[in-house]
Amino acid sequence: MGKPALLVLADGSSYHGYTFGTSVDAVGEVVFCTSMIGYQEMLTDPSYAGQILVPTYPLIGNYGINEQDIESDRIQVRGFVVREQCLQPSHYMSQETIQQYLERGGIPGIYGVDTRAITRRLRAGGVMMGIITSDKTPQQALDALHKMPDYGSIDFVKQVTTKVPYYWQAEGSESKYHIVVLDCGLKYNILRILNHLGCNVTTIPCTTSASVILSLKPDGILLSPGPGNPELLDYIVATIKQLIGKKPIMGICLGNQLIARSFGASTFKLKFGHRGGNHPVRELATNRIYITAQNHGYAVAPDSLKGDLEVTHINLNDGTVEGLKHKELPIFAIQYHSEASPGPLDNTYLFDKFIEMVKGTSV
Amino acid sequence: MKPSKVLIIGSGPIVIGQAAEFDYAGTQACKAMREEGIISVLVNSNPATIMTDEGIADIVYVEPLNLDTLTRIIERERPDGLLPTLGGQTGLNLAVELADAGILDKYNVRSLGTPIQTIKQAEDRELFKQLLIKIGEPVPASVSVNTLKQARQVTGEIGLPLIIRPAFTLGGTGSGMAHNLEELEIVVSGGLAISPIHQVLLEKSVAGWKEIEYEVMRDGANNCITVCNMENLDPMGVHTGDSIVIAPSQTLTNKEYQMLRTASLKIIRALGIEGGCNVQFALDPKSSQYYVIEVNPRVSRSSALASKATGYPIARVASKIAVGKRLDEIPNQVTGRTMASFEPAMDYVVVKIPNWPFEKFASSNRTIGTQMKATGEVMAIDRCFEAALQKAVRSLESNRKSLTWEDPGWKLSTDINSYPLKPNDLRLWAIMAALRRGITPETITEYTRIDLWFINKLQNIVDMERVLQSQTLTQELMWQAKQLGFTDEQIGALTGRSSKQVRQMRRKWKIQPVYKIVDTCAAEFDASTPYYYSTYEQEDESKRTRRKKAIVVGSGPIRIGQGIEFDYCCVHAAFALRDEGYETIMVNCNPETVSTDFDTSDKLYFEPLTVEDVLNIYEKERPLGIIIQFGGQTPLNIAAELENAGVKIMGTSVNSIDIASDRGRFSEVMKKYGIPMPESGTARSLDEALVVAKRIGYPLIVRPSYVLGGRGMEIIHDKEELVQYVSVAVTVTPDRPILIERYLENAIETEADALSDGKDVFIPTIMEHIEYAGVHSGDAACVLPPVSLPEKHICTIEGYTKKIALELQVVGLMNVQYAICQDKVYVIEANPRASRTVPLVSKVCGIQMARLATQLILGKKIKELGLKKLSIPHFGVKESVFPFNMFPEVDPVLRPEMKSTGEVLGIADSFGMAYWKAQEAVNRLPTKGMVLITVSEADRHAVVDVANQFATLGFKIRATSGTHTYLANHGISSDTILKEHEGRPNITDAIKNGEIQLVINTPVGKLSKYDDSYIRKAAIKYRIPYITTLAAARAAAKGITAYREGKSDVKSLQSYHADIKSFARD
Ligand SMILES: Nc1ncnc2c1ncn2[C@@H]1O[C@H](COP(=O)(O)OP(=O)(O)O)[C@@H](O)[C@H]1O
Ligand SMILES: Nc1ncnc2c1ncn2[C@@H]1O[C@H](COP(=O)(O)OP(=O)(O)O)[C@@H](O)[C@H]1O
Ligand SMILES: [Mg+2]
Ligand SMILES: [Mg+2]
Repeated sequence: MGKPALLVLADGSSYHGYTFGTSVDAVGEVVFCTSMIGYQEMLTDPSYAGQILVPTYPLIGNYGINEQDIESDRIQVRGFVVREQCLQPSHYMSQETIQQYLERGGIPGIYGVDTRAITRRLRAGGVMMGIITSDKTPQQALDALHKMPDYGSIDFVKQVTTKVPYYWQAEGSESKYHIVVLDCGLKYNILRILNHLGCNVTTIPCTTSASVILSLKPDGILLSPGPGNPELLDYIVATIKQLIGKKPIMGICLGNQLIARSFGASTFKLKFGHRGGNHPVRELATNRIYITAQNHGYAVAPDSLKGDLEVTHINLNDGTVEGLKHKELPIFAIQYHSEASPGPLDNTYLFDKFIEMVKGTSV
Repeated sequence: MKPSKVLIIGSGPIVIGQAAEFDYAGTQACKAMREEGIISVLVNSNPATIMTDEGIADIVYVEPLNLDTLTRIIERERPDGLLPTLGGQTGLNLAVELADAGILDKYNVRSLGTPIQTIKQAEDRELFKQLLIKIGEPVPASVSVNTLKQARQVTGEIGLPLIIRPAFTLGGTGSGMAHNLEELEIVVSGGLAISPIHQVLLEKSVAGWKEIEYEVMRDGANNCITVCNMENLDPMGVHTGDSIVIAPSQTLTNKEYQMLRTASLKIIRALGIEGGCNVQFALDPKSSQYYVIEVNPRVSRSSALASKATGYPIARVASKIAVGKRLDEIPNQVTGRTMASFEPAMDYVVVKIPNWPFEKFASSNRTIGTQMKATGEVMAIDRCFEAALQKAVRSLESNRKSLTWEDPGWKLSTDINSYPLKPNDLRLWAIMAALRRGITPETITEYTRIDLWFINKLQNIVDMERVLQSQTLTQELMWQAKQLGFTDEQIGALTGRSSKQVRQMRRKWKIQPVYKIVDTCAAEFDASTPYYYSTYEQEDESKRTRRKKAIVVGSGPIRIGQGIEFDYCCVHAAFALRDEGYETIMVNCNPETVSTDFDTSDKLYFEPLTVEDVLNIYEKERPLGIIIQFGGQTPLNIAAELENAGVKIMGTSVNSIDIASDRGRFSEVMKKYGIPMPESGTARSLDEALVVAKRIGYPLIVRPSYVLGGRGMEIIHDKEELVQYVSVAVTVTPDRPILIERYLENAIETEADALSDGKDVFIPTIMEHIEYAGVHSGDAACVLPPVSLPEKHICTIEGYTKKIALELQVVGLMNVQYAICQDKVYVIEANPRASRTVPLVSKVCGIQMARLATQLILGKKIKELGLKKLSIPHFGVKESVFPFNMFPEVDPVLRPEMKSTGEVLGIADSFGMAYWKAQEAVNRLPTKGMVLITVSEADRHAVVDVANQFATLGFKIRATSGTHTYLANHGISSDTILKEHEGRPNITDAIKNGEIQLVINTPVGKLSKYDDSYIRKAAIKYRIPYITTLAAARAAAKGITAYREGKSDVKSLQSYHADIKSFARD
């Protein structure tokens, strides 16, 4: 049994539990995710950088931790808040427990807390900063919390993007296309899928300039998902502006917001975001409903869209923008995660669509 | 596009594999039709259902479920649509029959939702396999065969062990596993006999793999979602209906979960389902390789469970899809805001445990397998597995057995082989016992193939037991124990305290449960549906209102002796309370039922029905009181303790209930009024028993005094049998005496259900049993109004009933059973609560008994309710259905102990026709052919006139030598037939060869030299109608005559009720 610990939210509410993982304090934006499964994928999703993650599903760690299910090179969350951690996982692929994994990653966790109460608090009050601590009183914790910079003011993309470019070879013998992925905090599954579809992939830092990108002779460019406030990323927007019209572009999640911004649209912060594997999205062209995996705290302001971008998808729950496309140019983007992992695989077809688009333009 | 009038086929009587879940589904379908402005025509032979209430469907037919009845209903009602997928396997098969017979085309009835073609493709295991292969989904190697010969051949190819599954059967009937050729022969021949198309599937066994189910929805626009998935604790090899099931899956990785989810969507699309379906998978625990096991292209037991587990109303949504709605056009009632086109997110664990009837069948073997044996199930919700499991266990109410229970019969050694760990109803407890003796979880997993994750959780519970036993009970420890689902009783037992003391400590420490909402979305959206479960955590989401409110305690799992009829009553109580302006709070733990539908009451607490759990809710809600008289025996069992704990019991007092159930106190009261009861006495030893027996005289009826529900009741004809019973059957001890009573022979048993306000009593009608007293009232067929009772006895019965009701100060409902022996009326027992027959009386007499009773409980008076004496121009005959086909080893004779799982109602203008309809609804009587008559010596004299009637009806008769001679001496000709021990060809051969259309056989009795049960067992195996009492045989002859004279006609319940006249009250 870990030692007693606290999660204190910026609104002063506090929740009692016990430490697991590494026993250090952690400060971050506290968010909840309603996926019932896929905790390892969540933990390693760079889009959670700077955040303390609260899975709404109470039993975490049941099938342990394995090599295959990582989505980046490390645990990305600042802290992990669960109702119950499983100390005796059971799965033929399991190599260690969630406890050991967090410990190895130097990340603090707190278990035994009423995660549903936290979720309801965030739903009502909106996401807010919070702190996990095992040595502070609630008041001390709150003071420490107020000293910290706000989540929305930090550029996490620079922190999670790859430092150096890297290259993944396509599966199978004859490789079709070369895709350059601008890494704002991508999940490996994007690369896996592209490889699987016969594409060679070069992943590059988010600071790479347009000229360097074009010099890589990509057949298509993918703007990856990533953490945080898109308003802080004008240096990427500048790059994108120079790529528009030159190559087919697909944007995912943050990529969707950045494409919108490069066409002059604005983004705003959602009250408590979309994080889960069950969000229904309507494709306006066909009226079809797709169940999607989502993880974003910001969204594109529809009324700010002008000119050549049109909305292709909307969220059935709150009507927010879930997809965009350019009227003429080979550019489209989605706000949800077609690579899933974790979540439903209903939307991987969008990668095929991207390849079709690439095929259409490349000679 | 949208139909205007839709036919909905119900699932008929409750049988193993088809329980209350289809009343829930059908009721939701009717409501959905109403919302859509579509007229619903409902057909079901089961009167104990909410769906057959006029309030639910627009036009109700309580008629036999078969092709020509449905044809005539279609002829009469001219619906333009048919909902085939809500009536379980019964409804599904009938829809297919109607289509194949060209009836749907002839009357241009459109089959709505999932196309008939799809149903066939999913149900025919061979066609289904072909489809899966086509779309590249993996299936275990298998071959369909139609003969034993083919079976032997293909076994070579597939290899043993094998699973054998008959096509188009329910609940795995006739399926089984074969490890050797001998077993193969047995199971295959059985399976071929049972399958309506004489086809069985031989399939490579993957026993031991994980069994996983997905509930999937698809609309006409090809939108698909999965409602949830479920993991069976019992691996492949145990029917999902007999497995402990957990939702959502616990041991799958995201990759595995999505792999199977994707496969489910692929399959539902390939099939073209429009509505809901259930997909079953086998998943290799060592490699993530999987196989598709089967699809049920309809709402099912699993979909009911999934609905209650997630709050997503599958049947309702499926019905709306069927009439053309898209998933994104159907609002999610729970959130009010979002649409049905999403996937529920759970933030709790759901555990379902089946409930088996083994106690009822002493001779049955308790092992479970691919053929379902459970009659019902319980569900529990909590934030961790241990607590959910412990809640589910206590919801079973198997004499208040907690997980700490151990069978005194077990050799509690450190040798794993000393525990019954092969699949059986007590395995869960056996595993716990083994863990307590230090056998490791790994060993148990190896042995049972149950995933280690689950066993480790059980180990956690065992560890907590140890801590509680060894350490002092601190506040922290109490909290932890509570979070793991330990009851005050358990904690008390483990720490040497009374549950009351533990309760007080909790109060002192402010350790009380909180209640969380089942909201389909893990709190992402604000939920408007008050559907709660308890847990020990920080935040309580259930807000007490200021309204006047009452709690209705439900009846728990469906079991023999306490079936759906009590849920029917609870639902009516809730509706009545609502109409009287009360806030209604339902407490129940049965996921199959209408009572646990979140819009049946204002608040639903999905909780076990124990003193502690109900008391917690009571203290939370502070209602005016608790209504306990509708939930059968379950709430009565906890009534006294609740009252002692300060709970206000509404309606009839606990003291009156005690008087009625304590035979001693009750007979005192009867004496006082000079109401005769059969002479009786109590015995604490064999000697005492013999003395009492001598005083009363044989035959006797005996029962252990410490059990309810007629369990262990026997008819004793002589000293020998008495000795046998006392020494072997029930071991009598001073603290466990037996009750000995004169057995009233050849007595007509009757029942009266009465409404009482304590001053006035109203008795709508009296029920007359067909079988003589000695066949449990729940098993006997009965007719109402009575047909053969002289007026004087009816008056006596009414008089006695009133006296008893007033003496017991009954407020609400009461049921009294009588036996008329040698022209004298005796009281057998009185139950001051809603009885099994309440729906029956309500539907035949057109008055809502349970609703009225609720009004009385709330203080209304009989006079105000304007109840009038009724003259009922028609007859209702109730017939029972038995699960003997699932327990081939059991002798299917009718005894004082109840064995039936469900009932049907036949209504017509004559008794004969009503009886015919009832028989038609369970197992149609022959109208000509060969009747086999073989009766015990005692019945010979009476059999003559029965034989006569069948002879005049033109039946040919075959009889065993004794019966034959006796008939011959009385001028009735018959051919002789050999008994099994007399040589061949014999009775069994004749039955196998289909030479016999009806078996009339009364048992020769326990102690006869030759066991004659094989006759009845053979009749069941080869599905030949059989009758085991002469009274029933006589009625059968009447029924057949009535059928011959005039074709039975279909008539809606509404028109029957319209014909009822009522006199001014005298
Ligand atoms: N190939 C198999 N190997 C092992 N067990 C099986 C196999 N196929 C079915 N079973 C078991 O038999 C049970 C009943 O089979 P199923 O096809 O679901 O029949 P039903 O239609 O009665 O549900 C399943 O729940 C599963 O536990
Ligand atoms: N003295 C008796 N003589 C004949 N039959 C009896 C007698 N007592 C009980 N029975 C038969 O046994 C059945 C069950 O007895 P009952 O007391 O009603 O038990 P339960 O509590 O299970 O209803 C009755 O329905 C009746 O058919
Ligand atoms: Mg099945
Ligand atoms: Mg009785």
